[in-house]
Amino acid sequence: MPDSVMQNSFHLDAVPIRLERCGKTFAGGARALEPLDLTIRGGETIVFLGPSGCGKTTTLRIIAGLESPDPGGRVLFGEEDVTALPIERRNVGMVFQSYALFPNMTVAENVAYGLKVRKIARADRGRRVEEMLDLMHLGEFAGRRIDQLSGGQRQRVALARALVVRPRVLLLDEPLTALDAKLRDSLRLEIDRLLRGLGITAVYVTHDQGEAMALGDRIVVMAKGRVAQVGTPREIYYQPADGFVADFIGTMNRLGGMARGGTLSIGSATLPWSGPEGAVELLVRPEDLALAGEADGHLGGTVAAAVFLGDRTRLVVEPADGPALTVDAAGRSELGRGDRVWLRVDPARVLAVP
Amino acid sequence: MRDLSHRRGWGFWLQLGFTLLVCALLTVPMAMSMLAGLTANYFVGLKSGLTLRWVDEVLRVYSGTILLSLQIAFACLACTLVLGVPAAYALARRPGRIARLVEELLMMPVAIPGLATALALIVTYGGVGDLRGSWLFILIGHVLFTLPFMVRAVLAVMGSIDLTTLEEGAASLGAGFLRRFATVVLPNCRSGILAGSLMVLTLSVGEFNLTWLLHTPLTKTLPVGLADSYASLRIEIGSAYTLVFFLMIVPSLILMQGLSRRGRPSV
Ligand SMILES: Nc1ncnc2c1ncn2[C@@H]1O[C@H](COP(=O)(O)OP(=O)(O)OP(=O)(O)O)[C@@H](O)[C@H]1O
Ligand SMILES: [Mg+2]
Repeated sequence: MPDSVMQNSFHLDAVPIRLERCGKTFAGGARALEPLDLTIRGGETIVFLGPSGCGKTTTLRIIAGLESPDPGGRVLFGEEDVTALPIERRNVGMVFQSYALFPNMTVAENVAYGLKVRKIARADRGRRVEEMLDLMHLGEFAGRRIDQLSGGQRQRVALARALVVRPRVLLLDEPLTALDAKLRDSLRLEIDRLLRGLGITAVYVTHDQGEAMALGDRIVVMAKGRVAQVGTPREIYYQPADGFVADFIGTMNRLGGMARGGTLSIGSATLPWSGPEGAVELLVRPEDLALAGEADGHLGGTVAAAVFLGDRTRLVVEPADGPALTVDAAGRSELGRGDRVWLRVDPARVLAVP
Repeated sequence: MRDLSHRRGWGFWLQLGFTLLVCALLTVPMAMSMLAGLTANYFVGLKSGLTLRWVDEVLRVYSGTILLSLQIAFACLACTLVLGVPAAYALARRPGRIARLVEELLMMPVAIPGLATALALIVTYGGVGDLRGSWLFILIGHVLFTLPFMVRAVLAVMGSIDLTTLEEGAASLGAGFLRRFATVVLPNCRSGILAGSLMVLTLSVGEFNLTWLLHTPLTKTLPVGLADSYASLRIEIGSAYTLVFFLMIVPSLILMQGLSRRGRPSV
């Protein structure tokens, strides 16, 4: 797909977005969003990630112009203040979770809608619709009605319809949630290539951390109407700002330790240490805990559960004291419930919360 | 398999018989009446022979009422479309207690007997200019009576589709309110609008209660003329009148049915 994007020289202007003190209180008095400041760079794909009800959709709708921020909030596209503009005058492309395709029109008519609104001449319109349908592999469905399409095809029509008008910004609200897992994976790849090929500024809302990691240049993790952390997928994964982010993204183990005078004692082992002193809570990813022998292990425990995942076996290990730990072993590992194991901790890969 | 169909056959014939009986109860009197309109002399019976004489007479003498009925029905349809569709839209887009209350209020004229509504109209507007003698007075009554049916029919369809999201989709593509309304809202509510129109047309053409009180000798509609002729003329003329009434209403019914079927998405 990137090739065809290049061939069509279909490249969009990348406009940065700035949210200034954008909060949202709904009519009933419910505070959906605390005042929020955020800058989205031109051409960047940013993903809003968070549990249900944390305000992702609300933020997206404020950017789109479907909701207005509480007084004092401003939305800027580049240098232009668009706060007062309704969605139809912001020139954004939007893909809704339910797609919101028009059932009274064919696929081609759906895609042509935005061009008609913009009074693009018929010939030009036809060419652009055709080009976009080809780009999204929808050529053969041009004459179909929406209710004659599969979920994945509808999703692509929604994308095509939003992109064909060459919007300044593309906004997607959980566009893959309604699809089954397999289709989700392949469409996620397609969207990723498309966004990169187009170079458009895109805001993508999801509660699926896998999707967020795969698509986002940066991720905004949200919780209860606030931004918990903004960072690249790596930063979010390896340097979570707090316990919430750590637990929300991937699996995180918690270990109790005591740091004193440049050493850290975990269980029976003492390791060199340069972090904060005193009693610390250590956050460790499963892949950063390694299985070891009794001689070089730091921490002993018993396997409480072993789940074979194909490429790896996920073990739940119960140490002598403290909460259970999740560890990844090789797929072919024969370890099972009740086996005694030893774990090694790499102090360089441990995150300390004092 | 054969056993099953055998057993089903039992119930089937019973049901069919019952359905046919009900149909007969409904249609036989109508058919008899219409046949009477074609008989030369009703008291002698079919022996006297069939004739178009009565129908001809009705068309000659009463064509005025027929035309007025049609005129009122289509004017009424236009009014209920212009008033009812936006009203239904406003109600559908505005969830909340006030909107539900308005919905209930709109149903009120249906619950009140037509005669009472007509009296209320006469008391309130009877003295306004020469409205009392104008066909517009009947039109007002008909609009009042049929509007709730239009609103309900359109509202039912609007409630079954996610209108808000569809409109947001259109807005995101740059469409302003009027364009969204014309290209997305109306076409997707088409089946409801057609059903409502069908309802309004038939209700208006057949309306008697209200019209009987509201009419003047110069503004007689078809059902009022029908009542008059049954009361004062030969029964053959009244029956021929029924026949004409049927011939008018059935084609429009069939047309509207056909249209609303085409409006449904093909699966
Ligand atoms: N129109 C509204 N009126 C009142 N409250 C609302 C409205 N829309 C959203 N909310 C509330 O605002 C909060 C944030 O909602 P939002 O839709 O932004 O969540 P979300 O992060 O998108 O969640 P999800 O993943 O479930 O879609 C929720 O508590 C929700 O109940
Ligand atoms: Mg949401």
